[in-house]
Amino acid sequence: MNERATRLLLLASVFVIATCGLIYELVAGTLASYLLGDSVTQFSTVIGVYLFAMGVGSWLSGFVTRHEARLFVQVQLLVGLVGGGSAALLFAVFPHVDAFRPVLYGLILTVGTLVGLEIPLLLRILKDRIAFNDLVAKVFTFDYVGALLASLLFPLVLVPRLGLIRASCLFGMLNVVVALLSARVLRLDGPWAAATRWCGALLLALLGAGMAASSHILAWSESQMYADPVVHAVSTPYQRIVLTRGAGDLRLHLNGNLQFSSRDEYRYHEALVHPGLSRLPDARRVLVLGGGDGLAIREVLRHPGVEQVTLVDLDPAMTRLFGSQPMLQGLNGDAFASPKVSVVNEDAFAWLEQPRGTFDFVVVDFPDPTNFSLGKLYTTTFYRRLARVIAPEGACVVQCTSPWAARRAFWCVDATLRAAGFHTEPYHAYVPSFGEWGFILASARPLAGSPRLPDGLRFVTGDTLRSMREFPPDMARVPTEPNQLNNQSLVRYFEEDWARATGR
Amino acid sequence: MPPAPKRPARPSPSPGAPPISRRRFIASGAGLATSLAACTPRGRMEGSLQRPGMDAGHRWRDGHAPSAAALEDVDVVVVGGGISGLVAARALCAQGRLKVRLLELCDEPGGNSSGGNIAGIPHPWGAHYVPIPSPEAQDLVGLLRELGVVTGIDAAGRPAYREEYLCHDPEERLFLHGRWQDGLVPNLGLSARERAEIGEFLERMNVLRDARGADGRRAFAIPVDASSGDARWRDLDRETFAAWLSREGFRSAPLRWYIDYCCRDDFGMDASKVSAWAGLHYFASRDGLAANAPSHSVLTWPEGNAWLAGRLREPVAVADALRPGVMATRVEALPNAVRVDGWDVRQSRAVGWKARHVVLAVPSFVAARLMSGNRPVATPPVQHAPWLVANLWLDRAPDGRGAPLSWDNVWMEGRGLGYVVANHQFLRRNHDGLVITYYLPLDHAEPQAARREAAAWDWGTARDLVLEDLHRVHPGLGGITRRLDVRVWGHGMATPTPGGIWGGDRNVDGRAGERVWLAHTDHGGISIFEEAHAQGLRAARGILHAQGIS
Ligand SMILES: Cc1cc2nc3c(=O)[nH]c(=O)nc-3n(C[C@H](O)[C@H](O)[C@H](O)COP(=O)(O)OP(=O)(O)OC[C@H]3O[C@@H](n4cnc5c(N)ncnc54)[C@H](O)[C@@H]3O)c2cc1C
Repeated sequence: MNERATRLLLLASVFVIATCGLIYELVAGTLASYLLGDSVTQFSTVIGVYLFAMGVGSWLSGFVTRHEARLFVQVQLLVGLVGGGSAALLFAVFPHVDAFRPVLYGLILTVGTLVGLEIPLLLRILKDRIAFNDLVAKVFTFDYVGALLASLLFPLVLVPRLGLIRASCLFGMLNVVVALLSARVLRLDGPWAAATRWCGALLLALLGAGMAASSHILAWSESQMYADPVVHAVSTPYQRIVLTRGAGDLRLHLNGNLQFSSRDEYRYHEALVHPGLSRLPDARRVLVLGGGDGLAIREVLRHPGVEQVTLVDLDPAMTRLFGSQPMLQGLNGDAFASPKVSVVNEDAFAWLEQPRGTFDFVVVDFPDPTNFSLGKLYTTTFYRRLARVIAPEGACVVQCTSPWAARRAFWCVDATLRAAGFHTEPYHAYVPSFGEWGFILASARPLAGSPRLPDGLRFVTGDTLRSMREFPPDMARVPTEPNQLNNQSLVRYFEEDWARATGR
Repeated sequence: MPPAPKRPARPSPSPGAPPISRRRFIASGAGLATSLAACTPRGRMEGSLQRPGMDAGHRWRDGHAPSAAALEDVDVVVVGGGISGLVAARALCAQGRLKVRLLELCDEPGGNSSGGNIAGIPHPWGAHYVPIPSPEAQDLVGLLRELGVVTGIDAAGRPAYREEYLCHDPEERLFLHGRWQDGLVPNLGLSARERAEIGEFLERMNVLRDARGADGRRAFAIPVDASSGDARWRDLDRETFAAWLSREGFRSAPLRWYIDYCCRDDFGMDASKVSAWAGLHYFASRDGLAANAPSHSVLTWPEGNAWLAGRLREPVAVADALRPGVMATRVEALPNAVRVDGWDVRQSRAVGWKARHVVLAVPSFVAARLMSGNRPVATPPVQHAPWLVANLWLDRAPDGRGAPLSWDNVWMEGRGLGYVVANHQFLRRNHDGLVITYYLPLDHAEPQAARREAAAWDWGTARDLVLEDLHRVHPGLGGITRRLDVRVWGHGMATPTPGGIWGGDRNVDGRAGERVWLAHTDHGGISIFEEAHAQGLRAARGILHAQGIS
């Protein structure tokens, strides 16, 4: 390559470096203001720290006495890796660390320092090739023009078209390409040159993969929330279903919330079904709303008198999974294969709108009211509709979060059922992986009969039943407002109570 | 803070409002991450630009009004199938003793309260809510009872509303300083003084709600005609609301933003243009009460007030009285009858009726044109604000920091009034995407000029206008939009400029001749459902009375 071309290439690399450098700064600033809020503070501190770090880099360059070219290439590769991966890293880390800022500023310091090293090194590399006054003029021109380009590209093209993760990966790749090209024009040789090439190729592959997998990076980061290896993960239009398996323990998480652990789910499901159903000796038709895992049905089917079980679950992916996966079929006793069981994949609210006949027992096993659309399934309106499908002598049971951790939420469900005209019997059970958990049995009239429990239960006995109905003072009833569509009081209680209980 | 009128504020979040929980915070952060990471340019967004009734209307304006060869003999012709006309026709059909025809220019009745449907998700094209009425609005409560909206009356006389139709929580949020706050009354980052001024203003409105004139009537009542005739109140119609506010010391920017927002929302123009009487009416006329909801609650449906229009339409259709796609072109008094000429838009032919009575449930400028040569329709000169309404079909809910997606979503820096979410009132969760309805009063210029400007738009222009505003709070929203339909309402709603309510020669008996009855919100001066209902009912009752039917 002739000298002119080399000079041009090196100057072009100033341009790329400047662009990339500013892009990383913008990525960090944007991410920080999105994730932490207060964009003025975030941008100003990010820019400040970044510029300072560049100063540190420039200062450090003074200690470099030889191998400038080699170091330049290495720094370039490192910038590609750290800067290019920064968005992905920050997104992945954010939900998992309490102190996000140290990570953020650590990253900014690193990238800033590396970028700060680059220009002085390049100046020194070029000083023998270009007259000093011309050199300074050119380098800084390219530097500033590159910055302009970056600041225009970023909001107009990169964020809307690519998104932050892909944009930073792309620019990381550009850094790597510059590193590889400069390694060539600077005629690096020996073992370093080969290592550089390998490193560069590896980084390109890595960042390319990062680009391709940008949308999976979140999913991956989420998997870090689970203690055990993820054995099955799928996103449906309604939720994210994740199964994990540890030592002899299978766990189901919906949207990150633990639904059951195979080690103690029997406690939950026995407590959900038997206290109610055991007092309805004539129950023939049973309805299960939610509970697409089939575990509640398994318990229902222990009652030989039950002739028909209808399961209504919004998500076909859930019922399909639990009806076809041997490991899960083992867990629910292959409940979906029973001729008594029929499955409807419909929204419970919409399904209840049509006349459906009546059921002797209804199990309401919805996810906790963590958001307003789930909160609607716990309203007076919902329970009034539900009442229409319960036989006059029948009953329903509602799972309703922890009366210890979310005391007002639990009693709010009770108040809501009462407001909808039900007589209620609240009770609770201890499920180790959940903690103290609450249920409410509700019926038009107080239930008479004494419980006739099926054989083979591991948790519910006559004695446990009695203790379940006692609420110690720390879980005792508190006055609450019934949950209506137009106040969604439950979601608010739930949020506040859990926030307090978990100290967040 | 006292309960504010209509939609303002759930008890306003106190300075120590509950912090966003970490869970919700993460959820919004993660949602955002998905959007930033996976926001790819999608296939071309589809859409349309609609101008209901404009073509036929303009041809008529330009002189196209052929006479019908044969006339059908009927008892009543109702011209215009908006809420006023539907209410009138429904009441006239109720006894089954009158032969009624309801002529509506568009393919479906509804007028400013029409709706549409995208992928099974019904959505509004105009009016989208009705505040719960005060219990003394007996007629309206009666109607709502007939429609199943009111399910009963409690011992204290307060109506119980079907919960499903009350606006579900969370109702409103406002974007300011980079995040969404709960409620529309600005709160986030306000100084103590600004907050106090808002409190004072709302308290003042509370007091005005009970104000009465020397005649014992309420200063600001619904319908407007029920308001006091006392000059002390009526004279407020002579100045602008902005002038009144400044004089009364209500000057702080957040409060004035909020008031301008409300005026634009209800009148299509801000406080500097509307009459002080009308502005105060907005804040001080509502005192709804319910057995099962706070007093400022509103009723709404996925398709907005089109739901009400649909219910009102049913008995009219059953009585075979509905004639959609027909534009009335002339109304002429004959001895003992009225002749109505019309143009059947679909079949392109002239049609005509000879009726005993006619109800003009059309905007006042249309009524005047229909009656040309006859007695002019006496109402104060009415200005009509042009509006743009857009419906966007989204892949999923847009992301945002702070308060969660609500029914009504407004941003302070917005050009428009924000958007309502059609899906919000759904109970079921399995639907394909999300439809939001965006509202923009075209008040950047005089109505005439704004109308002319909007008439030249194509879909692309309108789309860009809408997205530009939405992108202020939802960058990248265009990337998750599958469809964007726009409607321009050239004469959206009456704007009560000073003198617009009590200034002119107000028509108080609702008649323009012995057999011609007026029923349109224009004649009330304020464009709201309750007024349309009262107008329609007054005309129907007048006719029933004249015909000796009770
Ligand atoms: C964008 C927008 C949002 C609104 N939001 C609300 C809201 O949330 N709540 C609320 O209470 N109010 C709202 N309003 C006010 C709304 O105008 C009233 O609630 C109500 O719908 C008015 O009914 P109307 O019958 O008086 O008039 P219109 O709706 O104007 O009805 C007139 C009808 O006459 C027809 N017509 C006109 N000329 C002829 C002719 N020559 N022959 C035959 N038919 C003819 C028209 O097509 C129309 O259907 C809104 C209005 C607009 C424009």
